[in-house]
Amino acid sequence: MNKLQEIAQQRVLVLDGAMGTMIQRYKLEEEDFRNEQLKDHPSDLKGNNDLLSITRPDVIKAIHAEYFKAGADIAETNTFSGTRIAQADYGLEHLVYDLNYQSARLARDVADEFTKSEPDKPRFVAGSIGPTNRTASLSPDVNDPGFRAVTFEELFEAYQEQVRGLLDGGADLLLVETVFDTLNAKAALMAIDEEAQKRGIVVPIMVSGTITDASGRTLSGQTTEAFLISVAHMPLLSVGLNCALGAKQLRPYLKTLSDNAPFQISAHPNAGLPNEFGEYDETPEDMASQIEEYLKDGLINIIGGCCGTTPDHIRAIADMAAKYEPRGLAVSE
Amino acid sequence: MTIKPLKLSGLEPLIITPETNFVNVGERTNVTGSARFKRLILEEKYDEALEVALDQVRGGAQILDVNMDEGMLDGVSAMVKFLNLVASEPEIARIPIMIDSSKWEIIEAGLRCVQGKGVVNSISLKEGEEPFLHHARKIKQYGAAVVVMAFDESGQADTYERRISICKRSYDLLVQKVNFAPEDIIFDPNIFPVATGIDDHNNYAVDFFNATKWIKDNLPGAHVSGGVSNVSFSFRGNNVVREAMHSAFLYHGIKAGMDMGIVNAGMIEVYDEIPKDLLEHVEDVLLNRRPDATERLLTFAEQVKGSGKVKVEDNAWRENTVEERLKHALVKGIVDNIEEDTEEARQKYERPLHVIEGPLMDGMNVVGDLFGSGKMFLPQVVKSARVMKKSVAYLIPYLEEEKAQSGAASSKGKILLATVKGDVHDIGKNIVGVVLGCNNYDIVDLGVMVPAQKILDEAEAQKADIIGLSGLITPSLDEMVTVASEMERRGMKTPLLIGGATTSRVHTAVKIAPKYSGPAIHVLDASKSVSIASDLLGEKKNALVEQVAAEYQQLKENHENRQSEKASISLKAARENKVKIDWAVYDAPEPAKLGTQVFDNISLEELRNYIDWTPFFNTWMLKGKFPQIFENPTVGAEAKKLYDEANAMIDEVIQAGTLKAKAVTGLFIANSDGDDVNLFSENGELIKTFHFLRQQGQKGKNLPNMCLADFVAPESYGKDYFGGFAVSIFGAKEIAEKFEADHDDYSSIMIKAVADRFAEALAEMMHEKIRKETWGYAKAENLDNESLIKEKYKGIRPAPGYPACPDHTEKPALFELLKVEENIGTSLTESMAMYPAASVSGFYFGHPESKYFGLGKIQRDQVEEYAKRKGMEVKEIEQWLAPNLGY
Repeated sequence: MNKLQEIAQQRVLVLDGAMGTMIQRYKLEEEDFRNEQLKDHPSDLKGNNDLLSITRPDVIKAIHAEYFKAGADIAETNTFSGTRIAQADYGLEHLVYDLNYQSARLARDVADEFTKSEPDKPRFVAGSIGPTNRTASLSPDVNDPGFRAVTFEELFEAYQEQVRGLLDGGADLLLVETVFDTLNAKAALMAIDEEAQKRGIVVPIMVSGTITDASGRTLSGQTTEAFLISVAHMPLLSVGLNCALGAKQLRPYLKTLSDNAPFQISAHPNAGLPNEFGEYDETPEDMASQIEEYLKDGLINIIGGCCGTTPDHIRAIADMAAKYEPRGLAVSE
Repeated sequence: MTIKPLKLSGLEPLIITPETNFVNVGERTNVTGSARFKRLILEEKYDEALEVALDQVRGGAQILDVNMDEGMLDGVSAMVKFLNLVASEPEIARIPIMIDSSKWEIIEAGLRCVQGKGVVNSISLKEGEEPFLHHARKIKQYGAAVVVMAFDESGQADTYERRISICKRSYDLLVQKVNFAPEDIIFDPNIFPVATGIDDHNNYAVDFFNATKWIKDNLPGAHVSGGVSNVSFSFRGNNVVREAMHSAFLYHGIKAGMDMGIVNAGMIEVYDEIPKDLLEHVEDVLLNRRPDATERLLTFAEQVKGSGKVKVEDNAWRENTVEERLKHALVKGIVDNIEEDTEEARQKYERPLHVIEGPLMDGMNVVGDLFGSGKMFLPQVVKSARVMKKSVAYLIPYLEEEKAQSGAASSKGKILLATVKGDVHDIGKNIVGVVLGCNNYDIVDLGVMVPAQKILDEAEAQKADIIGLSGLITPSLDEMVTVASEMERRGMKTPLLIGGATTSRVHTAVKIAPKYSGPAIHVLDASKSVSIASDLLGEKKNALVEQVAAEYQQLKENHENRQSEKASISLKAARENKVKIDWAVYDAPEPAKLGTQVFDNISLEELRNYIDWTPFFNTWMLKGKFPQIFENPTVGAEAKKLYDEANAMIDEVIQAGTLKAKAVTGLFIANSDGDDVNLFSENGELIKTFHFLRQQGQKGKNLPNMCLADFVAPESYGKDYFGGFAVSIFGAKEIAEKFEADHDDYSSIMIKAVADRFAEALAEMMHEKIRKETWGYAKAENLDNESLIKEKYKGIRPAPGYPACPDHTEKPALFELLKVEENIGTSLTESMAMYPAASVSGFYFGHPESKYFGLGKIQRDQVEEYAKRKGMEVKEIEQWLAPNLGY
């Protein structure tokens, strides 16, 4: 049992909140996304938040620090779109390794500072591995259902590159998150497994799926339980759900996972459902009180926030989580 | 050691526990086992090949075995293509896939296509331990279960002993060296044909049953499967016997512990329904019960030749009307009959386009509703979209033919469509493209993930008449705002249409439209796109743009009011944020005539010109603006009829003189005093005080907390003015009662509706008189009725009981001031209603900055102070203002 696993059995671990929501507060402009090397880059770079780890490391470090200060145990690296597949939109495939390395490095530095000043509460860095913007199980072309915009092999290679950067940069664990197509996630898991074997190390892995619509399924059509079965071949640290829904809407699906998974359970819901303007307006108190329902029922080991959550949300959640015991690991079969 | 169940998944889980009786693995999608499937794949008829898979699922298959091992075939690409297609068919993809091949590269290619946890069929020790272990490790990484054949370096196991020893060796290697989960190991201890005439084969089935039992007893967690059809190979062509053999074999296999079998799902006879004599002959062979079993079964088989079970499909839906059939096909994603059904609809409907706009769009709306309520999920919706496309594709030649015949070859305009940057969803956009294309618009589809710059460059280069943006995910909302701002920056005027699942009228109104001075219009669905495009590119453009702009303005205001309700501020803070009017530079226009004026014989003939007809139609539950409502395809004719009848009634009452219009107005010297307005006589005596309420919602930057008193100058700035009015239409009740006595309710409602319109028109007419004559601050005003309706004039006439001043209890003071009852005969009831019902009363504010607003929620501090000002009980005020209380 590694250290994280041990702690996760002693207390509820707190994951950080949204990166994008915090970046928005800085009102960054195109020039913030450029540096000397990128000054003549032909396409727009604004909006490529991962790039800020290189061009505005001060912003990213400040955000990590705010979340740690709010009580987060684990920071997610700023690498949600850090694959050559996602970066192709910006023509930045060549920066992918650096981007992951630097992002992990930044988070590592901030985590180490906090661990040093609060040795009783060690901070961890989770390398965030997003779904990319392509689906291996669905055709983007209605007329050609057999077509695929990306293959498993391409995903595998892209993820391997990302994983190398994250591990070299000092990530303690890897978080395969916002899984909307399980086949994409399986490619990521395979890439992690290969890299870990090559290095002869054990990398704790969190997997977090996304239930996208009212049918209670992933975008690629799997039920929560089918999703769990499809990723359970790896010895995961945790399996969980994030994004798309608020804490309240996520609960039934989380319960399904908690009832069936032989792993720790994680959740990082959005701050409610988006309003008509795509904004998340659930308050920290509301969100924490919904999360209290998870905690009361012992559904959860790792809890954090996704879209729309802020350090205030994480503080409210961390305060709440401190009052409850984590979910036990045993699952009745 | 606890034994875990075998958990597999497609889109849904399949959990195999010891209590699971038996799992059917569909075998027909196998080029080595099905001549038909092989032909379909070789001829690349993948659609039909998918049908084979679907038949297996509908016949009860719980896992689908797929095999592409055929010399004439590129097995890897056939496997990939077929599995990708299976993934797009949710009814098939629901169940786990068994990737069946003797070639590792085909197996691996298959594993890279399935998101669920499938089964590899198979690996074995045939080539030795090293490849066996390597493949097993890979399979574990890919996350699949595995079928292990009882096969080793020296060949396939054909005895009980060889079967169990190979299985044991395989099991130990997998569990100990690969750490393979025991429950994910499925043994295939070889089902061989029996009754072949070779004596060595007679015990094959018995050996299989015994090996099965041994495996289940000795290899914890492992499962047993097998290819069942093999056993009856000798009886090819005799389905009755074959099915009986399969059924009996399974019966005994399951008893021995067999968990699953590869079978022709849906074609298995029920064991209990096998005729007794046939069963006896079959079991003699399977269980090797007598030496002459084979001959006896062969002889018996001659008597029972037949076709076996015949597939029955549930085709009841085919009996319905063509509209219902199209809907069913869309909802279920069935393409089989779509062309014939489309053809039938084409013949039934006047024009091919009507088929799209009618039954096809209706069907897609049902799909949309089901998706919205979680009863369908995305891959199913994608299938529906495909059916839709197929049907439309069928209609296109007819649409073009029609176009050619009508000579209208030229396009109605060019519409550019794109899914915005960051978003890959395009089903809706594609449907819009098809529907518009069918309506003779030139469509330029830029696809998905299109950056703003590219959209606008293309729109300019291609001279698009309309730009349509689509998006499904929430960040797309912001991206659409970006596109709108960019259009404004470039000085474009091209109409911008907004569509997609997360978009909304209110978002477009509040966030997008204000960024763009050209038209920005939300389009609810594809069916609405045509009428909006045709209006925008035709004569009705200005009417539509104006109507939308008005609606969006209203939505925006409502939204801002709602926002302001969320947080409240103290009365003190609200007063500090009052409307700032620079009174020092304001020269209050002095009315031509102060005091009250009574008008008791107003010409209805003149008054009818002031009527605003739109609310009249609302009374009759007809939605739409006058006069555009007459062109509305659904309610237009009805609206026109009502309008004509109302005018006929007006003609009649004018002729008969049965309705009387009366009004009283008054203008007075006034000053604000905090939130009150004091009225003075010409010699400076206080004659009346009106009390107003102030907004207490938290306002955005530069937005004041308004109170009507803000629009009247305080005493320190000298004289200002303020007025009031009451107007009524008399006689409607008496006329209505006559109609009611004749049981003519329709005319009774009509006269009341007409009287209401007259009362509103009278208020409008009096207000105009005040502005242009009595107060005279707008002598040069020259507005037509439409502009009056749109309140394009300066000054306002809010009524007590309405949003800006919701307190009805200010009415008695107004009635006293104007001596309303005495002057025109209108009275107030105890509940502050005016009698006759067709009455309007209110205040006049003349300052050019005065405007209507909604009070919103107010707080206890204001209510308490207000009660004190009015000399009423807090409780009483709270009753009157209940809807406005924010506490």
